[in-house]
Amino acid sequence: MNNLFLRVSIWVYLGIFFAYLLGPLVIMAITAFNSNGFPSVSPWECFTYAWFSELFQDERILNGIKNSIIVGIGTVIMSVTMGLAGALILTQVWPKLRATYYTIVIAPILVPGVVLGISTVVFWQRVNNWLGLGPDSILADGLFLTIIGQSTFIASYCMLVLVARLQRYDLTLNEAALDLGATHTQAFRKILLPFMMPALATSAVLAFLASFENYNTTTFTFGDYPTLTIELAQKVRYGISPAISALAFIIIVLTVFGALTNEALKRRKELQAAASGDTVKKVDGGFRLPAILSRNPAMIALIALVAVIGLSTVNAMSHNPAQCIADVKEERDMQRTLEAEANLRALAERRAAAAAARAAEAAANGEATEETAPATGGSSQTGGTGAFGNVFAPTNLDGAEEEPEAPEEAPASPFGSVFDPGNLSTAEPSGGN
Amino acid sequence: MSAGVGVNLENLWIRFGDFVAVRDANVNINGGDFFSFLGPSGCGKTTILRSVSGFLDPSEGRVLIGGNDMAGIGPNKRPTALIFQNLALFPLMKVWENITFSMEIKGASAKERRKRADELLDMIALPGQGDKLPSELSGGQKQRVAIARALCAEPDVLLLDEPLSALDLKLRQHMRTELREIQKRVGITFIYITHDQGEALTMSDNIAVMKAGIIDQIGDGKTVYNDPSTAFVASFVGENNVFRGKVKEIRGDEALIATNRSGDLVSRISTANQGKMNVGDEAMMFIRPEALSIAETGTSGDHFVTAKVNHEEFEGNSFNIFTEGDGGKEIKVSIPNLGQTFEDHTGQQITLEYETQNAVAVPAGELATE
Repeated sequence: MNNLFLRVSIWVYLGIFFAYLLGPLVIMAITAFNSNGFPSVSPWECFTYAWFSELFQDERILNGIKNSIIVGIGTVIMSVTMGLAGALILTQVWPKLRATYYTIVIAPILVPGVVLGISTVVFWQRVNNWLGLGPDSILADGLFLTIIGQSTFIASYCMLVLVARLQRYDLTLNEAALDLGATHTQAFRKILLPFMMPALATSAVLAFLASFENYNTTTFTFGDYPTLTIELAQKVRYGISPAISALAFIIIVLTVFGALTNEALKRRKELQAAASGDTVKKVDGGFRLPAILSRNPAMIALIALVAVIGLSTVNAMSHNPAQCIADVKEERDMQRTLEAEANLRALAERRAAAAAARAAEAAANGEATEETAPATGGSSQTGGTGAFGNVFAPTNLDGAEEEPEAPEEAPASPFGSVFDPGNLSTAEPSGGN
Repeated sequence: MSAGVGVNLENLWIRFGDFVAVRDANVNINGGDFFSFLGPSGCGKTTILRSVSGFLDPSEGRVLIGGNDMAGIGPNKRPTALIFQNLALFPLMKVWENITFSMEIKGASAKERRKRADELLDMIALPGQGDKLPSELSGGQKQRVAIARALCAEPDVLLLDEPLSALDLKLRQHMRTELREIQKRVGITFIYITHDQGEALTMSDNIAVMKAGIIDQIGDGKTVYNDPSTAFVASFVGENNVFRGKVKEIRGDEALIATNRSGDLVSRISTANQGKMNVGDEAMMFIRPEALSIAETGTSGDHFVTAKVNHEEFEGNSFNIFTEGDGGKEIKVSIPNLGQTFEDHTGQQITLEYETQNAVAVPAGELATE
């Protein structure tokens, strides 16, 4: 009972965990195929590849990918080389110095990427000025700065990977090579390098991915060569498009495909080793593929190919995206027309209603106007007429009647007949208050 | 026997900081010799080997190979090849690539290398195994590949650093004879490092016994075994019973030693110490278990020892009797099993007898710890 509860909770936990981890990716992947202009899933319109073609027609994105790849390759070369050198020194350096050296070499990982970016720009600008080179020199070039800037910390990652492998290297192999007449260079090239190959490949992949996704450092250094992340960030500022989802989908698929292939290759190697009676340590844990997949990478390629072809054919046969989009568009247009019509109609009705109301009002007001017309004409304030009664009625304006207000008006008297009682009809309301 | 190239160590000192790993070693190794350095672990024998192969520079003194001073010449330029304790086969190379590595770095073609590898594989009795990886070979096969790889470099001197220590007993005994045969066939100088006196005795032309950086004795197997110059050599090479005491009387090349427990015993003085031991000196006397035999009870004299039997054991080829001995160490007596009846002496006093020439006296000194 308790056990069952525990098991269920673990599965639930795993479910939540993976949903949290992979949910956004899945949603993003789905939005790449929705024809809706804003990346969304729920108002599902049409299954479409249009965003992919839009993606591949987007000059800026393509240029960004190109720059990212150039920067990635440059960073891989720089980082793996520096990482290997750093790892070699770590194993050779005096034991007492090792901890200090390690801290120094690892430090760039702990420094924020922004700081690295700024310092890269500042530093190389100084070097550039100091060497008396112009702003067009290689040292001020966006590609150069980005590669150098990213390599400052990616090299540390590489070093960590390489050190792990190097620690398993038997130094007597080097001595054996030397003893058999090899120079140090030959020993390095023929013995150490082949041994390090798996770790070098791993660190190269790591370096490329780290470079590809880097934004913090690159944002300061890219110059005339915006990378993909920079382009995306700039694009997103002006609104997001499903074309970006399409790009994300491509990257996800490539990653998953790469991981599966790698896994299959590894299993294959293990099986071969097992077959030849070698006792290679099995990697416990880790992701295990179903038996068929784990035996041969070709199977994965085949499945992927079949999936792609199948999807396309099924799609092409049962579904015409353009037609659908057109339908949806038509529908939308029609809906819009209908809406517009409805609006118009509503407006017309409202207008009609308003007109009727006005007519009714006018009808109602017809008598009133006749009644109030003199008042309106007289003071233009029908209400005021009532309030003041007919006190100010011109007919009442006799000198005697004015008496109570006379003292106030007294100073005006010197003006003589300017304030002729006959003119007071307009002056009175202000004067009276 | 001048087929190979000789190696000379002249006043060789090797220090690591304050620690002296090798102290004033003087060794002349003849060309074509199978020469062993024998000593317990940590005695500096590997250090000597590394200085010969060029991985270590001597602090003082010289290493000569074929009469040439090797100072300043790196390991890749010396006419030596080293077989490492862990063999150090290149794990990612196939067997034939391993064997011909020394040719590869000289730029030999793959075809040439393959041919040479096949020759050497035939020699080490592993024909057709060239395409395997080292990890696919057994311990003994790896061992032979390592030898082939070293021989492929055509060294004048082959250095072996305890290469058999990782193998099991049967294989080790087999490889001893095989190594000796290979050495005779190729005729080059072998310098062999071991802590196993059995290996050293069976294979070597000459043996240097080392203790804590000092070479105690150099000689052929028989000399080292029968005529040790120090207490350490006597106790390290083979099994030995020790009797402690003082020199009571010198009779030419024999000495009468007043032992602490077993009375006055007569012994031959080892060759290296003749004329150097005086009456009253602390001394040690060694008698091999197989040199002792049971005498009639009650007999006494200067080559009889009386002792109480603690326990006995049957080892197959011999009966072993352990009696009370000197300073807590038992005296071991081995009686060869020739089918005779064997009575149980446990708890009894027995008298042991030996021939004077089978006992050897040396000045008191440090014993090898077992």
